[in-house]
Order: sequence, then C-alpha cells, then structure tokens
Amino acid sequence: MNDLTRQFRDFFVSLRLTVVLLALSMLLIFAATIDQVNLGIWAVQQKYFQTFFVLWKVGEVPVPIFPGGYFLGGLLFVNLVAAHVYRFKLTWRKTGIFLTHLGLILLLLGQLFAGLWQQEFQMRLEEGQPKNYSESSRFMELAITDTTSADHDDVVVIPTELLERGEVVQHPKLPFRVVPKAYYPNAGLQNRTDAAGQPPSLATIGPGMQIDATPLPMTYKPDETNLPAVYVELVGPEGSLGTRLVAPIPVLQQTFAVGGHTWKMALRPARAYRPFALTLLKFNHDIYAGTDIPKNFSSRIHLTTPDGRDDREVLIYMNNPLRYSGLTFYQASFEEGNDKVTILQVVRNPSWLLPYVSCVLMAVGLIVQFSISLTGFFRKRRLSAVPAAP
Amino acid sequence: MKKTIPWLVLLATLALVGVSLVPPHNPAEFDVTGFGRLPVLVNGRIKPFDTVARTSLLQFQGRWSVTAPNGSELTPEEWLLDVMFSGTVADAYQTFEIVHPDVLALFSLKPEDGAGKKRFSFVQLEKNLTELERQYKLAEPVESAVRSSFQKAVIQLYNSLVLYQRLQHSLVPPDSEDFLAELMSFQKALPAGVAAMRAKQAGQPFDEAAANQVTAIGEKFMQLENYGYLLAIPPEAGAKDPTAWSKPGSALLETFASGRINPSVLTYAAFARTWRQHQPAQFNELVALYRDALQKRFAPQLVKCDVEVRFNSADPFWTSMLVYIGAFLLALFSWLKWPEVLGRSAFYVVALAWLLATAGIVTRMWLEGRPPVTNLYSSALFVGWGAVALCLVLETIFKNAIGSVAAGLVGFSTLLIAHYLSFSGDTLEMMRAVLDSNFWLATHVVVVATGYAATFLSGFLALIYIFRGVFTRSLDKATADSLARMVYGIVCFATLFSLVGTVLGGIWADQSWGRFWGWDPKENGALIIVIWNAIILHARWGGLVKQRGLMCLAVFGNVVTSWSWFGVNMLGVGLHSYGFMDAAFWWLVAFVASQLVIIGLANLPLEKWRSFQGPTVATPPMRGPMAKAPA
Repeated sequence: MNDLTRQFRDFFVSLRLTVVLLALSMLLIFAATIDQVNLGIWAVQQKYFQTFFVLWKVGEVPVPIFPGGYFLGGLLFVNLVAAHVYRFKLTWRKTGIFLTHLGLILLLLGQLFAGLWQQEFQMRLEEGQPKNYSESSRFMELAITDTTSADHDDVVVIPTELLERGEVVQHPKLPFRVVPKAYYPNAGLQNRTDAAGQPPSLATIGPGMQIDATPLPMTYKPDETNLPAVYVELVGPEGSLGTRLVAPIPVLQQTFAVGGHTWKMALRPARAYRPFALTLLKFNHDIYAGTDIPKNFSSRIHLTTPDGRDDREVLIYMNNPLRYSGLTFYQASFEEGNDKVTILQVVRNPSWLLPYVSCVLMAVGLIVQFSISLTGFFRKRRLSAVPAAP
Repeated sequence: MKKTIPWLVLLATLALVGVSLVPPHNPAEFDVTGFGRLPVLVNGRIKPFDTVARTSLLQFQGRWSVTAPNGSELTPEEWLLDVMFSGTVADAYQTFEIVHPDVLALFSLKPEDGAGKKRFSFVQLEKNLTELERQYKLAEPVESAVRSSFQKAVIQLYNSLVLYQRLQHSLVPPDSEDFLAELMSFQKALPAGVAAMRAKQAGQPFDEAAANQVTAIGEKFMQLENYGYLLAIPPEAGAKDPTAWSKPGSALLETFASGRINPSVLTYAAFARTWRQHQPAQFNELVALYRDALQKRFAPQLVKCDVEVRFNSADPFWTSMLVYIGAFLLALFSWLKWPEVLGRSAFYVVALAWLLATAGIVTRMWLEGRPPVTNLYSSALFVGWGAVALCLVLETIFKNAIGSVAAGLVGFSTLLIAHYLSFSGDTLEMMRAVLDSNFWLATHVVVVATGYAATFLSGFLALIYIFRGVFTRSLDKATADSLARMVYGIVCFATLFSLVGTVLGGIWADQSWGRFWGWDPKENGALIIVIWNAIILHARWGGLVKQRGLMCLAVFGNVVTSWSWFGVNMLGVGLHSYGFMDAAFWWLVAFVASQLVIIGLANLPLEKWRSFQGPTVATPPMRGPMAKAPA
C-alpha cells in the first residue's frame, strides 16, 4: 500500500473524522431548527437536509456555505462502515459497539429509503360515501374529465410540472391540445373591478374572466396553504377554444362542451387510486368535560375490495393506525364543526420496520457495552481495594 | 460519635420534614379545610377547591399567602371563600402582581401603593379596567413571539382579572346579599311564574308581577352560566355521563324545565349565606352534610381530593428543595473539614430529600393516573429526580461527597425551575389527544428525560472538577481521576438513554402521524443531545481530549441540554412544543453565558489552576480503568 492510499484510508477510518462530522451535523441541525421560524418545516428539510450543500444566495448566485444533510450523512456512513471493516475483530468485548453501530447503519439506511420512497397522501372521508383514492398533500394536477357517459368517466390528468414548464399537452383522448399560458404555484384570487386602464384578463372564456389571479410567493407556514392557479388555452382543430382560469375553488372548476362531449376541467390535489375502498361509518371527537382540550379522535371505517375478499370494519384512532396493502392510515385531522367528516393521513413507507429493528439493536448494543465497561470497572476497584485492606 | 452524628443530622432533618407533613388545620372556627377538600371540575379534571385557590393565587401573584388589609394572614381557602361569597371583601385584598412600570402607569399607580411594592387589589385597578381592556385588545392580535414586555404584562394582568371575576361568578351572583333566600322565594313563585310566562307567550292575559320576578332571576342565572368558571355541580344520580358536571348557572336554568332546584346549588347558596353572615357552626355542618351526600357516588374522587389537599399543604417539592440546599452545604464543608462525618451526613440528607421528591412524584402520578412526565413542569421534577438518583449511586460507589454536592446542586436547581414553572396554572393538566398514550409517555418521555438528567449531571460534575481545580487546592490526582471516571460513566449512561429515548420518540411519531422523523424542533433538540454525547465518547476514545477537555465538553453538554429542554419551546413552532414561555428566555441566555465563561475558565493554563500549583503539580493523565478505547 503506498503512502497516499494509506493516508486516504486513515482519513476515512479515523475517529477524528467522526467527531468533526458529528460536530458539523450538530451545527446543521441547530441552524435548521432556528430557521424553521422563517421557512417552515418542509422548506427547511429541502434547504438543509435533503441536499449536499446549504446554499446562500449572494445576489442571485447560490453559494454553498455549509455541507448539507446528504453530504454529512453520506460521509458519516462511509466513515462508520470503513472504520468497522478496517477494525473489525470478532471478540465478545466488542459485540456491544458492533451492535450499536449496526443499528445506526440500519437507521440511516431506513431514513434514506424513507426519503426516497415514502409517499404521503391525505384522504378526506364523508360519512357513508366510499372512496377509493387518496390525495397528495403537496402536489396538484389538472384533471380533464369526459363526463358524457352516464356509467363512467374518462379522465386525463396533467401534473403541474408540465403546466409549470408551459409544455403543450396533446392526448389521444382529448379532441384539443392543452396549452398552459401561466401557472402560479400560489396565487391570490380577486374579483375583477371594472376600473379603466386595467390590463386585459388572460382568461377569454368562462368564470375566470371575472377573476384576477396574481402570483404570490409560496408559503410554508403550518397554518397557511398554497392556492395554485393556472391559465390554460384549449386549442381544437379549428383554432383556439379560449383561455380559462382554473383553480381549486368551486367557481373555477368548469364544465363545457367540445365535439359533442361534456368536459369538466379542475385543478385538484394529485390523486392515487387504490384497489380498495374506505367508507366512514362514524367519526368520534371527544373533549374533556368543560374544556375544549381534545381527548381523542377515532374513525370507524368500512374497508372493502371490489373482489369481495376484504369486507370488514376497522377502527382508526390516535396512536393506532390501520396498516393495509403497504399503506398506513392515520387519524390526522377533522373539520371544525362537522362530525360527518374525517381526514386520514395515508403513508406508503416500505422501510417502516427498520427503525424498530435498529432501536432494539442500538439499545442492546449500548447496554452490552456499558455493562462490560462497568463490570471491568468494579473488578479493578475490587482488586485495588484488596491491598489496602488491613 | 463519628457514627452517631450523621444519624443525628438525619433525625433533625426528618423532624423538619415531619413538620411540613402535619395536616392543615383550620385557622378559625370555620371548617375551611373541609370546604377546601370538596371537589369541582375545572379544565377537565376533578380537583379540590384548595387546588383552585392555590393555582389561581400562583397565577395572580406567584405565591399562596394573602394578607388582609387589617394585617391578618389568610389561607388560600379563606381567600377563595371571600372571592366567591363576599366579593367586596376580597376586592380589597392585594393579590395582583404588577411590576411593569408602564402597566402601573395605566392605573396611575406607584409601586409604593402596593403590598410589597408590587401587589395591588381589585379596588385599586377597578376604575381603569376599560383602558386595560383597550390595551389588551391592541396586544392580543400580536403573535406571542413578538409581543413587547408591556404587551405581555397587559395580557397577563387582563387574564388574571378575567379569571378573578369568573371565580366571583362561580357559585352565587356576587351582588346578591342572600342568594339562598332569593332561591327559596323563586321556588315558591316558580309555578305561578312559569304559568304567567306561558300565558304571555300564548298572548293570553297573565300575571305581570309573577312573570317579571321569574325573568329577573333568570337573568341572574344566565350571568352565572356565562361568567362562571367552576363546574361545581355534580351530575344528578343516574345521569348518563358521570363526567357531565355543570356550572351552577346551567343547573339553575334547568329549573325552569324541571321545576325543582338542584340541591347542590342550594347547598352552595347556603355556604354563601353562612360565610357572609359569619355562622361557623352552620357552615361546618353544611360541609359535613354535603360531603356525606357526595360520599355515596363520588367516594374515589373524594379520596383523591383529600390526598391532593394534603399534598398541596405539605408541598414536598419545596421542602425537598430546602433540604437539598442543606445537603449541598454539608457536602461542601466535608471537603474542608471532617470529610467522613459531614460526607455521610450529606449523603443521608440527600437520600431523604430524594425520597421526599419521590413521594411527591408518585403522588402526582397516582392523582393523574399517568407516568411521571406529562408536561414541562413534571419534566423538571423528573430530570432532577433522575439526576439525584444517579448521584446517590455515585456516592455509594465513590464516597467522596462529590455525588452529594452534585445532588444538592441539581436537585435544588431543577426544583427551583419547577417552582417557577408552576406559576402558569394547574400542573396536573389533561393530555391532548395525540399525547394521550400512557405507553409512550412511560417509555419515550421517561427515557428521554432520564437522558436529559444524566447529561446535566455529567455537566454539573464537570463544573465541580473545574471549580475545585481552578479555585481550590483540593483537586488531587485521586479526586480528579474519580471525577473523570464519574463523568465518563454518566456520559455513557446519558448516551444510552438519550439515544434509545429519541429513537422511541421516532417510533411514536411513526405510530401517531405516520413518519419516523420530521425534523420537528423538539426531535432535533433530542437528536442534538444524542450527537453531543456521541461526540464526547468518540473524542475520548480517539484520544482527542484528555481529562480537562472531557470536562469542557461535559460542561457544554449543559448548554446543549438546556437549549433542547427549554430553548426549542421558545421557538413557538413544531408539533410538540409543550410549553411556550419567554420570561425564561433571559435566564436561558444567562445560563448559557455562564457555562461558556466556565469553559473559558477551564482553559486557563494549568499553572493558573490553584490545584496544580506548588509542589504537588500533577498533570492529569487520562487512563482510568474505563478509558480503554473500545473502537
């Protein structure tokens, strides 16, 4: 092994590197926690953790000023694995340390997988109405539905990324092209006034002509939501069918006729359809007597599959989710003053078991290690106490 | 003699503690303690009047004692009885603490006008209430994190005054001279009155006087219903929901339908009459009779109320705090003189204070039916308790009074913090839905709090090392080595508990809202403690720090832990910031600054350390029995 490789190896297996990386992680987490007051929890994760470098905008140029979560986490991971591979010796004195770090490796992997694969949805259930899809809590889609047929709908959905890029969408099921004119991830909607000198509305047809959409900065505050809006022009074979303003409020979800078919166009939370349906039977929301402190929330739900293999009642409440078909359903929220509605959080996380395993490994590992140290300590004390005895 | 002195010290302390446990007695001929044990439902919990009195007084003025204008001392129960039954008398008691000069200016008051230069009576504040309300309405919409100290003071005073007036409207109308008599005549007039009202509504001729009498008293009932604070009226026998206690106002409004006045309401009206007209014999008889009546259906609740009142009056945490000071001083002196006698005495005294705190915590757990840590207040109790328990273990092993000094210090400071946290209201709160899980409260929360306790303890032990080393000549090599071993052992313990506790927290989050880790401030705080402990261990294993470096890192652990414990609550974001408090912010800053100064002190060159000057210079080596680097 030449000097360079040895230096390289020594660098990656050193405890000094561990300490430095841990210290940097601590600073990163501290800064990210403080910054939550400004950015909110989701933007902080993007800026500090799900990135290789924390960027600081100098003018318009983003400059990396601090290693990000991926960078530090990745290096710590390499350091951890390298140190173990290099120093690995199978002695019982080291089992504790080994188990603890194995648990840590699993935990880090679990978080990486969760970051990569975890999907989060919401499901708003009304009493008595079956639902077989859940909705994304962050992503929207433009849905164009052919509602002509009485027994089924034909839906074409366009993700907002395409709208944002202004990409023209042509789909065999649609007798027109969809041309996004402007997409605002967060918009303020106001009724148009008739004052003179106003620029003309982008919308040329539909209820959107009376409403102005102005772009607003995205918000990440927990008590605020973004209201997206899009101006789309539909272009048929004979030319433009007009530009419409579409936004997720009832007025701006519009119905129109083209080519003898009735179409419905709506901007809505992106949907994920499921091979089963949930029906809310009863939502319960108890408070402590004489207060408005919530005591518990629970939803009794009827779970059915089209093939009839599953047809049963389940109870979802705080700290007791339903796990079914790779998804987990949690009691998340409710609508103030409406006890006929429940809101469930739906999560797909294939690696959800890893933290449980790693918790056990780390606990056992640390207990083993410290017990070994402790017995060693007491043995030494006993030995050193013997000569002192009279 | 050497053997007996520690026992004598223990006996003396035991006697002091015993005095605090003596049951409360009635200061005059009224059975006010008996009244104080009666149950009411407030904030979702059935509690005795005594607790209502004490928590209200703490909120108003930060202390329990009340001095009447004539100089006599009142117990909290007597004060509450005056508030509820003879309002004008209570209005003259100086029980509202105002220290902000601008708030005083609102009322054209000077500190000299108040008791102790800061406590004022309702009478003194009454005339400018409209201006206070106007200021409150200006301050209230401001986000709590950016309110000025004046706005905070206005809001606090306003809330206190609102609570005070609601207490006055809780059982009987404050302006009724004899509410019982009014109720009696109401009962007689009720059939005629109801008939008159029905006739009036039907547009038929009716007895106007009878109708007016019923309407007038009905308005009083409405007032009690709207402003009342205490749910003092137990559900009637056979009621479907045993927790459906109600305000006297709503129970009285039901009279119009039932035609019969609720007996509990009548009892409280009778209490009011006997208290106002100074009839102790009848008052005491009422206490006994009403208790008997409740005994049939609410026996378990009455037992809890009795225990809670005893607990309140014994105030074990306060006593324990004082005993910790004694233990601290004893242990400190043991380093100067009679190490064996004083050291052993200190150990006994620490053990006693700890047992007392244990009893207090167990009582709280039983009252609440919960694991020990449910809110910020109880976390302070538990962190102190856990740290002192570790100190007792250390002291049994090392017998050099270091454990006792640390125990005295940590025990005292955590209980002092708890004392200040208790001003925000009743510390036995109901758990919000998402936290309502005894399993996770007992595992995650307790384990994490133990981790906090151990991290703090290692920091306090390091403080002892630095202070003894820099300022005294007493840090010899043996002491330095044993301190280093203690700190290392406690850091190991802290790592285990904070790591496991934090991961358990993640699992709880996965169970309740579907994600293991969300970078929530409280989670981050816990994670930072884990990382810091890991840094200490790895730095030591890698030989990056020696004894002194270890101590500096451990002291910085105090900074990290205090930030995670209190600092994140001050950010005002996140799902489980369980107690927002900002007066404490400056204390946190001061604490952090002091720790940084001490770290600076520890970095003085060794020849400036008094212990390492002179003939017995010993550079502290780092090779204890547990120092072998395992990785």
